[in-house]
Amino acid sequence: MRYIRKTSYLQDIRLVQHRGHLLWYGLALLVVFTGPLWLDRYLVGEFALVFIYAIAGLGLMLLVGYTGLVSLGHAAFLAIGAYTHAYLLNLGVPLPVAMFAASLFSALVGGLVGIPTLRMTGIYLAVATLAFAVIVEQVLVHWESVTGGFRGMAVPKPEFLGLDISSPAAFYFLCLAILLGSMVLVMNLLRSPTGRAMTAVRDSETSAESMGVNLARTKVLVFALSAAFTGLAGALFAHRLSYLAPDAFTLITSIQLLLMVVVGGLGSLHGVIFGAIFIGLLPQGIAIFRDAAPTAVAQIPGLEPAIFGAMLILVLIYEPLGIYGRWCKIRLFFEEFPLYRKSTYKRQKSFLRTERLH
Amino acid sequence: MSLLAASKLSVHFGGVKAVQEVSFTVREGEVFSIVGPNGAGKTTIFNLVSRIYDTTHGSIVFAGQDITQIATHKVAELGIARTFQNTELFERETVLNNLLIGCHIHRKTSLLEELFFLPSVKRQELKFREAVEDVIDLLDLQSYRDKIIGSLPYGVRKMVEIARALCTRPKLLLLDEPSSGLNPEETEDLSFWLEDINQDLGITIIMVEHDMNLVSQASHRVMALADGQLITIGSPQEVQSHPQVLRAYLGD
Amino acid sequence: MEVLQLFISGISQGCVYGLIALGFVLIYKATEMVNFAQGDIMMLGAYVAITFINIWDWPFYWAFPATVLVMAAVGVVLERVLLRPMIGEPHFAVLMLTIGLGFVLRAAAGAIWGNEPRALQTPYVGEVLRLGEAVIGYENLAIIIGTTVLCFLMWVFFRFTRVGIAMQAASQNQLAAFYVGIPVKRMYSLVWALSAAIAAVAGILTAPVSLVDPLIGFVGIKAFAAAIVGGFGSMPGAIIGGLLIGVVEQFAGLYLPPGFADMSAYVLLLVMLVIRPQGLFATMQKKKV
Repeated sequence: MRYIRKTSYLQDIRLVQHRGHLLWYGLALLVVFTGPLWLDRYLVGEFALVFIYAIAGLGLMLLVGYTGLVSLGHAAFLAIGAYTHAYLLNLGVPLPVAMFAASLFSALVGGLVGIPTLRMTGIYLAVATLAFAVIVEQVLVHWESVTGGFRGMAVPKPEFLGLDISSPAAFYFLCLAILLGSMVLVMNLLRSPTGRAMTAVRDSETSAESMGVNLARTKVLVFALSAAFTGLAGALFAHRLSYLAPDAFTLITSIQLLLMVVVGGLGSLHGVIFGAIFIGLLPQGIAIFRDAAPTAVAQIPGLEPAIFGAMLILVLIYEPLGIYGRWCKIRLFFEEFPLYRKSTYKRQKSFLRTERLH
Repeated sequence: MSLLAASKLSVHFGGVKAVQEVSFTVREGEVFSIVGPNGAGKTTIFNLVSRIYDTTHGSIVFAGQDITQIATHKVAELGIARTFQNTELFERETVLNNLLIGCHIHRKTSLLEELFFLPSVKRQELKFREAVEDVIDLLDLQSYRDKIIGSLPYGVRKMVEIARALCTRPKLLLLDEPSSGLNPEETEDLSFWLEDINQDLGITIIMVEHDMNLVSQASHRVMALADGQLITIGSPQEVQSHPQVLRAYLGD
Repeated sequence: MEVLQLFISGISQGCVYGLIALGFVLIYKATEMVNFAQGDIMMLGAYVAITFINIWDWPFYWAFPATVLVMAAVGVVLERVLLRPMIGEPHFAVLMLTIGLGFVLRAAAGAIWGNEPRALQTPYVGEVLRLGEAVIGYENLAIIIGTTVLCFLMWVFFRFTRVGIAMQAASQNQLAAFYVGIPVKRMYSLVWALSAAIAAVAGILTAPVSLVDPLIGFVGIKAFAAAIVGGFGSMPGAIIGGLLIGVVEQFAGLYLPPGFADMSAYVLLLVMLVIRPQGLFATMQKKKV
């Protein structure tokens, strides 16, 4: 067991709380920064995708994991970010400006969606966001003058100040830098009053309001922030796809994003990273599985979504805390060996809800 | 001087008249208890004062300001804090974070400052932490500081909820059945803490309570309700021996 | 007479939405769980009917009850294996679980029956009824009549049978129902059986109109919109919500630019959520403190 002696309140506020953190996170950073040196070209591209998913996941985690608002329509924000970015690049706007504008526009739309959904919770909210995503998808298909409809829209190669960022390694570093920047912003937010207000809204709206948290403001803000990060990821995703079409932003995409935060572990930033690695690399895993499996199994159409679905079911039944939760349990097991008790993580179940009349 | 004045307070839910024409004033610095059988409308009055329910008729004036129509989240800013009958804590957070939420109304930083965690935010966090530590000291919660609420026994949760309310630095504290679910020892402690909160911190307290011992020990005045209607207001002894109160509790 | 024609096809499509929505509402009322795979269970029902009728050559009027029974059994199995462990978990977890279930069912159907659309053979296919200038296909008529009969049966079941009343009790207050001796868990299984059976009926009725492929379950999302428009806790509301969306869709297809027909259900849903978040027939209330 590790004991940390605290001598200053600052120790609870710092991002890096003790030497152990510094060591492990430092090592992890070293590994990702040297990635392109020892990964093969193809995998470098795949990890860039993992970073993009992680940025979108940060946004969704703020909303779902920290504020308890479920969105089944985050692919819409990914799409808004991607199309805005590509549209502006095609107009000749420089890359950072286009990216910022994409994120900002997505945030604006997010805030606007947030307003009518203020009075909704749970299922109603999930379905409202789903409806919003379907509407955005239809707009992408039918607003041909801007989006190119089904024909789609080409995305210019990423370049900045004459520097070509389209090689896998350069794009890898671009995505990594944006991910790290976004993570610091989110971590800052979570250790400030707004972050606490979010978790308060998640755990009890009534009591948050009685403590002076402005529910409406907090929810709209989180929607906007969540959309901003997802829109930013969308801008990068546009380069990854290099050709935008509406079928890249369907309900399945939204559910994949949600799957990421659930499988990773709700309410933790580690969960975002684990989840992004999971959904970013699962298709690789499935491809390997297809090669190894007998042809009868390998040729099943729709195998990939089915495996996604099955994973989702298994995680929800056996490990609702996600990969990060499992990781915590394993760590605790070794830290407290041989005193580990299974009941430490026992979930409290709630029956009989009171929010219904009959 | 009266801190809170409710006049002809009524609330109807559909056809149910939960509270009818109840008027009372609470003086600054006193401990005011509300008693009455189940369903008398005690908690409903709390929910009206903290603006969780809308008042149908009547008005509530707090420190000279009419609060009958203000937004729910403004109530805390004015200086009214409350606890809940069955505790409404932020279950998945630590005690420390729960208490820090109590400081929420005193924040002065903007979103941008927070995103970049500028020195102003850091200073504010340290200030909040000191305020929280004072409350932790007052209520002896040191050993629970980093525990998740979900893992704490009920009695401790009740105290954490009072602590959270104190962190808002209120003028008026509403306690909804503070002793329910506490064992006799904890109830004993509670009555001392109530005295500390009332006399040392100078906070006016209104509490809904069933434990008549605690009520007579701690409160200056008592209001008795039955079926949403006011029966009487007076000293604990007067109310306890009031014939209508006895009838409301014991039946005819 | 175009208006009447559109109205009738709207009603018949709306009945299908309504039936699926009814399944959502039944499960929600009884167990407070949201079954997002309801549409896919309907798809499965349609495929089971195709297997019995097209492949095994059973007569239609035998295959119909057989399909309903098989699907009821499937409902019970799903409840026992997947949903029972989730009792007491947050709504959202169950929602995600059933979304996952939908993916699995779709892939399973694709693996077993293939992805090409298939038509269900029915004795009434191709025949039409003329009402003035309006022409109604028998398959549409079957949907409308079938839905009406089913609704009547449901009403009788919940109003007059012991089991139906026990189910209502269990859905209103689980604990109280348990104390008076109603086997609440068995009621859960039963409610899943019932809702899967209704989905099967919806599948059989809709199969002759729209061809069956593994993706037809996606109408479940529109049906979900219907359930919410209707108030998500009210059975007549579910049917009325379904009819409303069915009719609005038909007219949006005629009078509005392309694309709006597909969107109209969702626009209606959003408008409804903004104006009246509790739905047409509300049963939700703020949590008590």
